[in-house]
Amino acid sequence: MMTSEATKPMIGRAIKRREDPKLITGQGNFLDDVKLNGMTHAAVLRSPYAHARILSIDTQKAAALPGVVAVFVGKDLLDVNPLPCAWPAGGFKNNMNTPRAMAVDVVRFVGEAVAVVIAEDRFIARDALDLIDVDYEPLAVVVDPEKATQPGAPQLHENAPNNVVVEWSAGNREGTNRAVASAEVVVKERIVNQRLMATPMETRGSIARYESSTNEFTLWTSSQAPHVMRLLLTAFVFGIPETKLRVIAPNVGGGFGQKIFVYPDMVFCMWISRKLGRPVKFVEDRSENFKSSTHGRDHVTDVELSGTRDGQITGLRVKTYAGLGAYLSTIAPGVATTLYGRIVTGVYKIPNVSIDVIATYTNTAMVDAYRGAGRPEASYLIERIVDRFAAELGMDPAEVRRRNFIPPTEFPYDNGLGLLPYDSGNYAPALDKALANVGYADLRKEQATLRAQGRYLGIGISSYVEICGVAPTAWANGQGWGAGLWESANVRIHLTGQVVVTTGSLPHGQGVETTFAQIVADELGVPYDSVLIEHSDTAGTPFGYGTYGSRSLAVGGTAMVKSARKIKEKAKRLAAHLLEANPEDMIFADGKISVKGSPDKSKTFGEIALYASVGASMPEGEEPFLDETTYYDPPNCTFPFGTHISVVEVFPDTGAVEVKRYVAVDDVGNIINPRIVHGQLHGGIAQGMAQALYENAVYDDNGQLLTGTLMDYAVPNASMLPDFEISHTVTPSPVNPLGVKGAGEAGTIGSAQCIMNAVIDALSPFGVRHMQMPATPEKIWHATRG
Amino acid sequence: MARITVTVNGKSHTSDVEDRTLLVHYLREQLNLTGTHIGCDTSQCGACVVVVDGNSVKSCTTLAARCDHASVTTIEGLAQDGNLHPLQEGFWECHGLQCGFCTPGMIMSAYDMLQQNPNPSDDEVRHGLEGNLCRCTGYHNIVRAVQYAAAKMRGEEVSAPNV
Repeated sequence: MMTSEATKPMIGRAIKRREDPKLITGQGNFLDDVKLNGMTHAAVLRSPYAHARILSIDTQKAAALPGVVAVFVGKDLLDVNPLPCAWPAGGFKNNMNTPRAMAVDVVRFVGEAVAVVIAEDRFIARDALDLIDVDYEPLAVVVDPEKATQPGAPQLHENAPNNVVVEWSAGNREGTNRAVASAEVVVKERIVNQRLMATPMETRGSIARYESSTNEFTLWTSSQAPHVMRLLLTAFVFGIPETKLRVIAPNVGGGFGQKIFVYPDMVFCMWISRKLGRPVKFVEDRSENFKSSTHGRDHVTDVELSGTRDGQITGLRVKTYAGLGAYLSTIAPGVATTLYGRIVTGVYKIPNVSIDVIATYTNTAMVDAYRGAGRPEASYLIERIVDRFAAELGMDPAEVRRRNFIPPTEFPYDNGLGLLPYDSGNYAPALDKALANVGYADLRKEQATLRAQGRYLGIGISSYVEICGVAPTAWANGQGWGAGLWESANVRIHLTGQVVVTTGSLPHGQGVETTFAQIVADELGVPYDSVLIEHSDTAGTPFGYGTYGSRSLAVGGTAMVKSARKIKEKAKRLAAHLLEANPEDMIFADGKISVKGSPDKSKTFGEIALYASVGASMPEGEEPFLDETTYYDPPNCTFPFGTHISVVEVFPDTGAVEVKRYVAVDDVGNIINPRIVHGQLHGGIAQGMAQALYENAVYDDNGQLLTGTLMDYAVPNASMLPDFEISHTVTPSPVNPLGVKGAGEAGTIGSAQCIMNAVIDALSPFGVRHMQMPATPEKIWHATRG
Repeated sequence: MARITVTVNGKSHTSDVEDRTLLVHYLREQLNLTGTHIGCDTSQCGACVVVVDGNSVKSCTTLAARCDHASVTTIEGLAQDGNLHPLQEGFWECHGLQCGFCTPGMIMSAYDMLQQNPNPSDDEVRHGLEGNLCRCTGYHNIVRAVQYAAAKMRGEEVSAPNV
């Protein structure tokens, strides 16, 4: 039976995670750990060419290898549709091109699937790939998002002249042109936000099983959004009732955006399992993950910022080429437009802004959301060019920022770029706290002293704002988003008082089982351990949109709070009935429902749960059981913000960079579990720092991915990153009852420019005003030699 | 084919393995010890680290046949009599994991490191774990977790750092 004594509030406590015991003892259940009776194994033959016509495919020898069950090629799967694109932002003119499960006539990037071998084990399947003969006719290749639009560039799709996916713009073009033309100071820069690979430590994959007796599929897949996968695969790809597919995400070994989307392996595993009547398993190798799962960023931008000599910003003009890869991934167009272009002014009040985005097809892997998704590109751009402006004026970069911050009195603030207003913000205190924590004034003195000794210290500042919990649905639909953005939560109180919560949100490292249980325990006044959070399986959880965009707590968590509040209202009505009191006079506190003014007249929540569960003598009009569901569509997004400051030393002899300090002050609204929030910020900062210093997904001119393994793609190890000094200001969000904003992406959105601004500050004695990421030793070595 | 006898987590197994079978596949596919993970194909990520005869090895680049008569410890064999190893406890207490995919390899590497250096500096912990990649934590809390374990294994009083 549930205890009813007052429980200590769980919100705000840095408790350790309930997810961990299985993961630290080797009992996690990741996709590749799932084994089914009769399971076959798939291996994929992938195109070695970035652009080629498939003249013929000979699979006979492969099919004859002992242990091989079957071999399939793209033409076999023409009875199912290409994958859908769910966010055609910016308006399309019949030029939307999405991939099929396998290429049919033409391959358009290295790594595109051409054939699938099914065998009794994964090793035989792999052996058989070598026995498939494909005759290709190579075609001309373009990999650069800007060059793709130029006359004479190779064309990827007949329906997309000049390889343009969409031309999108926001802001006030004429006003901005005037502001820039008449400004006292204009700084301009070409700023590249290089292509990155998300690199979750667990690669992606799918296991499909088909039951011929019921025509039902089950798909296990490493996914951030199982309900959405079910919807897209059934209604759009297979054309079967949604109820004929159950999707299960086992433990997900990191996602960072890459696991939001629908992928070819989901389709061919399902299709082949139906064809063969046996389960099919496919798990990517790392090199397949790099070549064929989605990448991030890939922007080339020309930016101009205008202002006055005393540091007032008057205009911002931006033109960006965004590479989306050979086809459109699930939400790619929206990432490059809405999630980027509408927040490009960052934390500043800029009267005249104009932005153009030209999204293009290139002969590369698809680009889609990667941690931050558009917002890191925006914050990198504005924070780099503001630093450039400060350097041009010879003003302190902290002062220029402070002078242009959106004042706290102007929230909710409309930046004029088509977003809903920023919910709440107070940017100067976060800057001040970061300056104090890092000891800014002393550092500037130390920098001057060291420079005189031929040592190059750099101090980098980044003040950022971002968009979390993207909503409401009606606004998102206006941005071209093709579905909802609400989230669900069902809360049930079982007879024994145990609380079972099911939700469409799910963790892939964020620890939301713990966080959700903390908020539900407090809301209902029940012990934390009595709250079970169930997720990740379309059977048994209400439809939900999944976990991305730092939305789980702000949207999913709020749905949970609302369901718990409905439970409390019903509990009050039932207690009032039993106590012969007026429902309006009932108070729900400390796990008890009592009559106002007569605290001895009360029922414990456990007693009400038992009474409602048995349901023998319900009052008129009441159903048995405490069971409430909420589908919560927030009125607005939330806008976390903060200031990060880094201190680096650059060594001209070697070009090496040492990150000596990293101080972050993040305002993510109210904090449910500080330990988890700090962990999210650490990981986020690490990924932004990795972009600034190490990572770069490089294609050569032939479209070969030169960084196709972890030997070439520099995911940092422990010795390549510093400790992080994290603190907060707290500006609760008015958008949701928890006052939370979101923490999953903030670190990444704040950090890349923080490091780059420091590196460029360190190199300023050499006349360096900008450098493209990553700031490798080679680039720095050259920069210090003019 | 080779016939091998391997002691894994204290239990002896005699198995037939293909000559090309890697230790990680032997553990995962034949012994169903799926706590050891595969995160790459070039021996960079360390998700597959296990301890063989006292030394940490990447089981994705070790042939199973080479482990004939060897003693292997995997993440499943680290807790004793239902008590978590100090490293497991440290990772839990200090939030040294998020998605948990790299964690088994990370813990097994740290286990070997602490055998060799029971009192490492933070810098030595970071360098000692260079062969293991984590994409979630930024390593900050992994360093705390290993130091927690090191202190506990030295018999010192320990608690997770405040946040």
